[in-house]
Amino acid sequence: MAQYCRARLLDLVITVVGVSTLVFFLLRLSGDPLALFVTETTTREEMARLRDSLGFSAPLWQQYLRFVLHALQGDFGDSLRYTKPAAALVWETLPATLELTATSLGIAALLALPLGTLAAVRRGTAVETSCSLVTLVGQSMPFFWLGILLILVFSVDLRLLPSFGRGSPAHLILPAVTLSAATMAKTARLVRAGMLEVLGQEYIRTARAKGLAEWSVILRHAARNIAIPVVTILGLDFGLLLGGAVVTETIFAWPGTGRLMVQAIQGRDFPVVQAGVFILAIVFVVLNAFLDLVYVWLDPRVRHR
Amino acid sequence: MSGSTRVSAIAERSGSRRRGRASRWLSLAILSLVILSSALAAIIAPESPTKQSLAQRLRPPAWAEHSGAGHLIGTDQLGRDVLSRILYGGRLSLIVALLAVLLSASIGTVLGLVGGYTGGVPERLLMRLAEIQLAFPFILLVVTIVAVLGPSALNVVLALGVSGWVSYTRLVRAHVLTLRELAYVESARSLGASAPRIVLRHLLPNVLSPVVVLASFSVAQMIILESALSFLGLGVQPPTPTWGGMLADARNYLDQAWWLAAFPGLALMLTVLAINILGDWLRDLLDPTLAI
Repeated sequence: MAQYCRARLLDLVITVVGVSTLVFFLLRLSGDPLALFVTETTTREEMARLRDSLGFSAPLWQQYLRFVLHALQGDFGDSLRYTKPAAALVWETLPATLELTATSLGIAALLALPLGTLAAVRRGTAVETSCSLVTLVGQSMPFFWLGILLILVFSVDLRLLPSFGRGSPAHLILPAVTLSAATMAKTARLVRAGMLEVLGQEYIRTARAKGLAEWSVILRHAARNIAIPVVTILGLDFGLLLGGAVVTETIFAWPGTGRLMVQAIQGRDFPVVQAGVFILAIVFVVLNAFLDLVYVWLDPRVRHR
Repeated sequence: MSGSTRVSAIAERSGSRRRGRASRWLSLAILSLVILSSALAAIIAPESPTKQSLAQRLRPPAWAEHSGAGHLIGTDQLGRDVLSRILYGGRLSLIVALLAVLLSASIGTVLGLVGGYTGGVPERLLMRLAEIQLAFPFILLVVTIVAVLGPSALNVVLALGVSGWVSYTRLVRAHVLTLRELAYVESARSLGASAPRIVLRHLLPNVLSPVVVLASFSVAQMIILESALSFLGLGVQPPTPTWGGMLADARNYLDQAWWLAAFPGLALMLTVLAINILGDWLRDLLDPTLAI
């Protein structure tokens, strides 16, 4: 266990350092952040003073060193746009993003399990065809179009649900459904394939032979054995969901980290982008480590390996 | 299993296979239509995609009331013909996606071949780099690169192409790790073949079919990503029509003009759907054991 934790910790450090170094240098190539502050009346001296005070006049390697030293203390500097600590901005928006992604993951799992199972159990019937159709369309649906269609139907036509902002649970529904579609489709396909494989095995025949009800065979005996691949794919998709959240949050004006970062990238607000990347990478690696522990809990064989 | 159930099981299976076949031919037809109509956009588009006509703003499709003359699926907020814009936008999406896939597949395959064959420190560095990139939401990386380079068709291709190498490298490396231990590679080596010769003549042909399958699915992904970038305003800039850009505009007129949101999205989804179904087909043909 201690060895496992050490390996994971090393992973965390390497990943976070790698990602933030990459982004640091990438951003420095993207142009002068001072362009944001310049108006027609800005003098050359004012520019130079501003550049010094923001630390953009030092050589690149010094800027990088300072960035690393400060980042280690959780300090990414002030946002160039909001004159507020960048890390604080990211931390403030993170709960909204996690709420959105976690809800989407939940919706995806809740829909995918019955859909995939039905498709496998009712193989070759109209039920399977319709389940496959739903998953195929879900997989090919550009999520931002889905989001727009949902707004069109539920906000503009039916006036049932709010189309932007965050606050009540009703605000969460449309963005979460939008974000969950692709993951739902992928997971349902996986559940179907897993079910088909498991249902052909001998212990299932044994369970049926001893007279268990069909639902009990499927839920108790078969479902448990497809839990691991399903948890794996859901975990891997969390990164995808964080990415999808970037666009989804923009569509629904959801005040999350994704929208903050898109705005920061467009406005060259370096400190916010760096803080966001740093914190998202940590969230991602910690989550993966947590998923590994879930496998151990789901599959006792892993423990003895 | 009794005879009758076996027969019905076989019938069921061939039934679903028939349906599968039908959807494949339909997809092939859709994709051919998309490719042909975007290739011939300049000839078949009823109007120039940038021609504005303020008297014809936000006209609904031809079958609705108050439709403008000659605009089959309506006009947008500047009176531009939606159908023409979809045709031209499709051309752009397809070209950008294909070039991006070509670029990422080439980079990824070369890295995977070299990394997998040489092994050691370079390989470990490469795989670590892949993990680092995977730890970062793909679209955010692409958005960052495009923000750095500036939004243009070429830069979108570069950003998508450079970011997409990871899955190819992992796939190719995994194949090479098993291939390089096989007897025929061993004999080539003992006959004095150089490393580049082994990689190019003996390994590359054997990893091509999984790469082609993966690439076919990535075309669909890249089309969605290109549209997402345009949707965020980071793709090819207006007035050049893009499906994502059209959807972004449509967002502001949802309560007045549903057709602005419906048709570009439909074109996008049908294209992606067709490519995904054909990708499945290609996998079954080339490498049924592949888990993509």
